[in-house]
Amino acid sequence: MYKKKQKIAGFIGVIAKILICLIFLFPFLWMISISLQTATESSRAPITFIPASPQWQNFVTAWNMAPFGLYLKNSIIIIFSIVILQSLVMVPAAYAFAKFKFKGRGFLFGLVLVAFMMPVQVTFLPVYYMMGDWRLVNTLIPQILPHMTNAFGIFLLRQYFMQVPDELLEAARLDNASELKILGKIMLPMSKPAISAIALLSFVGHWNDYFWPLMMTRADAVRPLTVGIAALKDAEGNNNWNVIMAGNMFLVMPLVLIYIFASKFIINSFTYSGIK
Amino acid sequence: MEKGRKNKKSRHIMRILKPYLLIAPAILGIMLFTVYPAIKMVFWSFYDVNQLNPAKTKFVGMKNYVKIFHSTDFVKSLKNTGIYTLWTVVFIMLCAVVLAIWLGRKKDKFSKFTQAAMFLPHIISMISVGLIFAQMMGVNNGLLNEILVAVGLERCQWTQSSSTALMSVILVAVWKAIGYYTVIIMGSLQSIPDSIYEAAALDDASKLTTLRKITIPLISPQLFFTLIIMTIGSFKVFETIRVMTAGGPNNSTNSLVYYVYQQVFTKYDIGRAAAGGTVLFIIVGILTILYFALLSKKVHYQ
Repeated sequence: MYKKKQKIAGFIGVIAKILICLIFLFPFLWMISISLQTATESSRAPITFIPASPQWQNFVTAWNMAPFGLYLKNSIIIIFSIVILQSLVMVPAAYAFAKFKFKGRGFLFGLVLVAFMMPVQVTFLPVYYMMGDWRLVNTLIPQILPHMTNAFGIFLLRQYFMQVPDELLEAARLDNASELKILGKIMLPMSKPAISAIALLSFVGHWNDYFWPLMMTRADAVRPLTVGIAALKDAEGNNNWNVIMAGNMFLVMPLVLIYIFASKFIINSFTYSGIK
Repeated sequence: MEKGRKNKKSRHIMRILKPYLLIAPAILGIMLFTVYPAIKMVFWSFYDVNQLNPAKTKFVGMKNYVKIFHSTDFVKSLKNTGIYTLWTVVFIMLCAVVLAIWLGRKKDKFSKFTQAAMFLPHIISMISVGLIFAQMMGVNNGLLNEILVAVGLERCQWTQSSSTALMSVILVAVWKAIGYYTVIIMGSLQSIPDSIYEAAALDDASKLTTLRKITIPLISPQLFFTLIIMTIGSFKVFETIRVMTAGGPNNSTNSLVYYVYQQVFTKYDIGRAAAGGTVLFIIVGILTILYFALLSKKVHYQ
């Protein structure tokens, strides 16, 4: 009796899991399917699940509808500049907050928390006009420089740095090691997991970011992928979903591919940011 | 001798200055791109801002606030944002808690795969997700209506009708975030020591009792923090509205941030945009203070 009950529970469990997987994965398969359909297939009823013959040229059409090569280049330049700039700013700051006692430390760390919680929707407008005053609007800088301080990164890295024993640092200082050497040879190697997690979060966050680049750009020449793809939808309206989805693939597939190979690392990195 | 003392003194100064030099770039970034703009935004909300001719910018007191709180657009967008936040938070919380408790202690491959599948939408841009759902929510040729018809239900108007549009946007937000919060809550479940469950089992407590008397009370502080973070996130809803509904039909999905965006890009009214932004600032500020007040209390009790 008990065994039978367990068997039924197990069966229901499997069905539930299949259903959940379908609910969360099917929309992505659906996007792939639409991106390979003809315009008629993607807009007529009844709907088409598997295109009669895959329309690979949709990707070429989408790519040529807007300067996607340029958007992709901008996205990549922006993300790499942000990750490098943030690291240069974040590592020394986290080191100071973790390993030095100084007047005003509590207040200054409070500022970092303020920056962490402040919505960009509150700050974008003055920043945009500031960039205008600095004559930088038609460059990529408004999408890079304002992100220089990664408040969450400082917060997380500080926690890692605090775990490094002080004796180790004192021994290094007695050997006349410079601060740069202490950072490079002791602190950073011991915080590799935190640094790779922070870099990944920054990468994914800025690859997907839409609000900030939309607000900072007024010309195609400096726009990243997200803004380009939303504009493709504006141009097509509710027609040619096949081309819109082909464009959407440019934005989605790189992350999906990375996720397939590193889902565990990605999930772990993202849940650092959760509340402990 | 003299030189030695000077050297010592400068080394001493250097030692005091060092931490400040190390944090200087980070603090500069915060002052320049967070603190100053936030203050400026609040400042602008009391002005009639003229960007083309700054000399014509003049102080108007509370006029921008009076104007927005008397405009049906803004009041509607505030109300929509509230409803949106309430439902997304309730739905995500319920689903994530149930899924986390169910999947939490399972270690088999299929459970891990299910977990990974649920998490995937979290790393995809809201723009992409919004576009996929906009297609699936087509009234005559969308996937979701095909499914509804197949199981014998009526076609839904989704984003085309003002009575269902906001629900459609909520659905997308819930779908995107469930997996992430499930994993977060699973993390807090794992922090409950096994010994407590063993003790409960010795007392012959039923599964439901264990859940009600042990699991939920023990994770409730973390749930509360998660709740605040979720609420803050929901108040900033923008992307789905931008690609799925453009605030329509009939303003039924206009949100606080979308309203600010419209004031900047279509109405060119910086003063009103700033007033709207300041309202968001105040809401997020209150939630943040609540968060840290509770956090310090929790640390105190432990």
